[in-house]
Amino acid sequence: MLKLTVNGRDHEVGDDVDPKTPLLWVLRDTLNLVGTKYGCGVGQCSACTVHLNGVPIQSCQVPAESAVGQKITTIEGLAADGKLTAVQQAWIDEDVPQCGYCQAGQIMRASALLARYPQPTDAQIDTEMAANICRCGTYVRIRKAIHNAAAKVAKKGSAS
Amino acid sequence: MSVYLPESMQKVYAARREQARALSRRSFIKLTGAAGGGFVLALSLGSSDKALAQAARADAELNPYVHIRADGTVVLYAKNPDVGQGVKTSLPLIVAEELDADWDKVEVHQSIISAELYGLQLAGGSLSIPMNFDTLRRAGATARAMLVAAAAKTWNVPESEIVTEKSVAKHPSGRSATYGELAAVAATMPVPAADSVKLKPKSAYRLLGTRVTGVDNGKVVTGQPMFGIDQRVPGMLYATFTKAPAIGGRVASANLDQVRALRGVKHAFVVAEVGNPVLFDLSGAPAVLSGVAIVAGTTWNAMQAKKALQVQWDESNASRDSWTAAVAEAKRLSTQAPNEVLGQAGNVDAAFAAGKTVEALYGYHYVSHADLEPQNCTAWHKGDGVEIWAPTQTPQAAVDAVAKLAGVPKDKVLLHQLRGGGGFGRRLANDSVCEAVLVSKQAGNIPVKVQWMREDDMAFDYYRAGGFHSLKASVDNAGKLSGWQNHFITFSMDGKQPVSSGNIDKAEFPANVLANQRMAQSFIASKIPTGPWRAPGSNVIAFCVQSFLNECAVAAKRDYVDFLVELMGAPRALPPDPFGGVFHTGRAVGVIKAAAEKSGWGRKLPEGRGLGLAFHFSHQGHFAEVAEVSVDASKKVKVHKVWVVADIGPVVNLSSAENQCQGSVVDAVSTAMGLKITFENGRVEQTNFDQYPLIRIDKAPEVEVHFVSSDYAPTGCGEPAFPPVAPAVANAIFAATGQRPRMLPFSAEGYSL
Repeated sequence: MLKLTVNGRDHEVGDDVDPKTPLLWVLRDTLNLVGTKYGCGVGQCSACTVHLNGVPIQSCQVPAESAVGQKITTIEGLAADGKLTAVQQAWIDEDVPQCGYCQAGQIMRASALLARYPQPTDAQIDTEMAANICRCGTYVRIRKAIHNAAAKVAKKGSAS
Repeated sequence: MSVYLPESMQKVYAARREQARALSRRSFIKLTGAAGGGFVLALSLGSSDKALAQAARADAELNPYVHIRADGTVVLYAKNPDVGQGVKTSLPLIVAEELDADWDKVEVHQSIISAELYGLQLAGGSLSIPMNFDTLRRAGATARAMLVAAAAKTWNVPESEIVTEKSVAKHPSGRSATYGELAAVAATMPVPAADSVKLKPKSAYRLLGTRVTGVDNGKVVTGQPMFGIDQRVPGMLYATFTKAPAIGGRVASANLDQVRALRGVKHAFVVAEVGNPVLFDLSGAPAVLSGVAIVAGTTWNAMQAKKALQVQWDESNASRDSWTAAVAEAKRLSTQAPNEVLGQAGNVDAAFAAGKTVEALYGYHYVSHADLEPQNCTAWHKGDGVEIWAPTQTPQAAVDAVAKLAGVPKDKVLLHQLRGGGGFGRRLANDSVCEAVLVSKQAGNIPVKVQWMREDDMAFDYYRAGGFHSLKASVDNAGKLSGWQNHFITFSMDGKQPVSSGNIDKAEFPANVLANQRMAQSFIASKIPTGPWRAPGSNVIAFCVQSFLNECAVAAKRDYVDFLVELMGAPRALPPDPFGGVFHTGRAVGVIKAAAEKSGWGRKLPEGRGLGLAFHFSHQGHFAEVAEVSVDASKKVKVHKVWVVADIGPVVNLSSAENQCQGSVVDAVSTAMGLKITFENGRVEQTNFDQYPLIRIDKAPEVEVHFVSSDYAPTGCGEPAFPPVAPAVANAIFAATGQRPRMLPFSAEGYSL
C-alpha cells in the first residue's frame, strides 16, 4: 500500500500496483489523472513533468514508492481553486498550443521556472525549458507566454 | 506543384474535390426534433432527407454544422479531426462569421463521423479550409437568414430592416431578440434556397482574419482528458503489441505461458498479419503486422511483461533493406541513364551544349513522424459491432477498415473522434486502430487500449522516404536558366511505381516554366514502409530544387531573388494540380519580393553570417522564406531568424495560421539539421528521442510571419510553410561560408545546431 499526496489530496494505491511503477503510470492509470503525458519513457521529452515539492521532475523516471510522503502537483492541481494561474492564462492569451500534447509538461516546468525567476531572461528560459520537447514547434509562443505570465504576476504584485 | 500521389490516389482526390464543389452548391435542409428545441441545419448529400435525419439521430445530440438551442446556446460542430492544425477552431469560426454569432458564447463540439452528413472528414493535405470554406459560410448564412425571417415574422417588419450582431437580431424600432428567443419560430421557417442566401463581403468580416485562441485551450492548460491516450472505458484493459524488429517479420513462436504468469497480465497471444501492412493505403483496407499482444490491468504491467517477452521471428518475408547499400546504389544509378523518362520538353541537351552547366547530386534520409503522443487506440469488439476511440486523421477510412476486419456493416462501427497529439501524416494510417480491434476480439470481446511505446512508434512508421536527385542545369550568356534535368532516384516496392510519397510530378517546378527540360527516374528496390509526412514530396523536393537553383544563380553570377523572379516570367496561372492547386507565377513573385523586403535582403552581414531565400508552392499556398544563419569553423550553425511570407488567400484565424507557420519553421529547422532514420538488415536503428534529436527551445529560431492580402480562395496552412525552410537555411549556409550542404539532414555533412 502506497500513500501518495497529489494536488493536496491523499490517495491510497493498492497492493495490486507494483510500488516501483513510475509515478507517471500510477497518476494516469490508477489515479485517473491523465493530464500528465507519456512521450518517451526514458526521460528525454518531459511531457510527463510534475512537481515534487515544487521541483519539476520527469514522472516517467521516478518510482511511485519514492514519492511517498512528498507533495506531488500535477497539471490538474495548478488551478485547484478553479482560477487559472498566470501561466495557464498566458498560454491561452498567446494561443500557444497546437496539438497540445506536450503543453501540460511545458506549463509545469514554466511554472517552476517563474517561481524561481519571477522575471526570467531568455537565457534562463532556454536553460530550463530545453528539457521539454514540443513536436509541433510552439517554442516561439512558449517563450512569449512565459514573459507574458511574468508580466501578469508583476502587475498583480505592484497593484496589491 | 504539390502532387506526389500515385495515380489511384490522385483520382480519389479529384473525386473529393468535385464532391466539395457539389456540396458548396447544395441547399441545406432542416432537421427537426433537436434536443432542447431549436433547429439544426444539415446538407443533403444525395441521400434522402429521411435517411439523413436518421443518420443524424444516431448521435444523441442530433446533428451538425449549426444547432441553435432554445436556451440561446449556439452549438457549432467541427467535422474534421484536430491533430494540432487548429481546425476545431477555424472551421466553426467560418460558420460563426456568417451567422453573426457571439463567438465568446459559442460551444464547439467534435462532430460524429458520417459521410452522409459531412462528406469527407479528413485531416490531410491542408485541405480542411479549401474544401469546406464555402459550405461552412453558407451553413452560417442560411441559419442567419432563417433567424432573420423569424424575427421579421414575429415583429411584422421587412427582413431587410433587421440587422444581426453577436447572436442578437435587432430592428431600428428598438426591438431585439436573441437567437435563442427566435429559435423556435426559426425552426418553422422554410430553408432558403442556396442561391438566395447572401454571403458577406470580406470587408464586413468581424471574426475571420482576427486572432482567435483555440477552443480547447482551456482544457489543454488544465490537463483535461481529450487525447486518444486519455481514453478510459469501464472494464478496459491495457495492451502492448510487439512486432518484428525486421519490418515485415512474422511471429513463429513466443514464450506466451511465461508471459501470462507475470504480474498483472491477463492475456497474451499472437495476432496474425492482415492485408499488406507495409503498404500505406488511404482506401480503408485493413492491415496489421504480425505480433504479440500482452493485455494487462495497467500500462506498466503490460510494458514490464513486454520486456520479458521472447519471440522467435520468421523473417523469410521481412525487409533486409540497408541504408548504406541504398546510398551506394543511388550513387551508381546517378552515373547511368535513368530507367524511365517521365516527361520532357524542347531540347535540353542542346541547351546544355550552348550554356554553362552545373551538376550536383542531392539526397535526403528517411525520417519518422515522431508524433509526441505515441500511436494508440481503444477498441471494443462486441461481436455484432465495434466501438472505437481513436485519434485518427482519417476516421472514415478507419470505419471502413474496422468494418471489413470485424465482418460487420459500417453502421455497426461507432468511432469516437479524439484529439491527436500530433499527426504530421502518421495518423492517416489506421494500423494501430486495426491492431486494437483484433486485440479486443482475441482477448474475448473486452474493451482494450493498445498503447504503442515510443520505441514501437519509431520502429514501425510509414516513414518519409529517402531519395536522391541527380541534377544538371545550364545558364545561358544572359545569365538565365536555359535547361534543367532531374534524374530522380527513389525507392519502389513493386518495381513499377515509387513508394508512397516518394514520387515526383513531371511538371515539378522549374520544369513547368522552362522550354528545355527533362524529368526522369530510377528505382531502388525496398520493403521499408513509407507514407505522407507533412508536405509530402515538397518537404524534400523543395530542398533539392531551391538549393540547386541557387547554385545555378551563383554560376550565373546573379542575385538569387532576381534570378528566381526572372524564372517565373510573366504573371500567369499554370495548369492546376490534382489537389486543385494553381501555381500562379505572379503570386510567387509577390511573396518572393515581399520576403526579400521584410528580411532586408542584400544588407551587409558580418563574416560567417548569411541570408538564404527559397520559394515553394505546395498545398495551394505560395511561400517564400528567408533564413539568417551564422556558421562557425566547426560547422556549428545558429539559425537566428526566419521570415515567412505567405499567400494563402484571406486568412481564417490569424493566430492559428501564424502558429502553423512558426511551428513549420521550427519543425523544418529541426528536421533539416539533425533528423534521420537509418536501417540495416531491415531493422530501423533509432529507438527513442536520444537518437532522434528533435529541436528544443534553445535552438529554435525567431520567426516573423507575413500574410499577403489577396482575394483568392482561402487555402490551408498546416504544410506549405515547411518546404522552403531547408533550402533557405542551406542557401544561407552557402552565403555565410561558400560551402553547401547537399544531404538532409545537414548533420550527415558535419553540421550541427
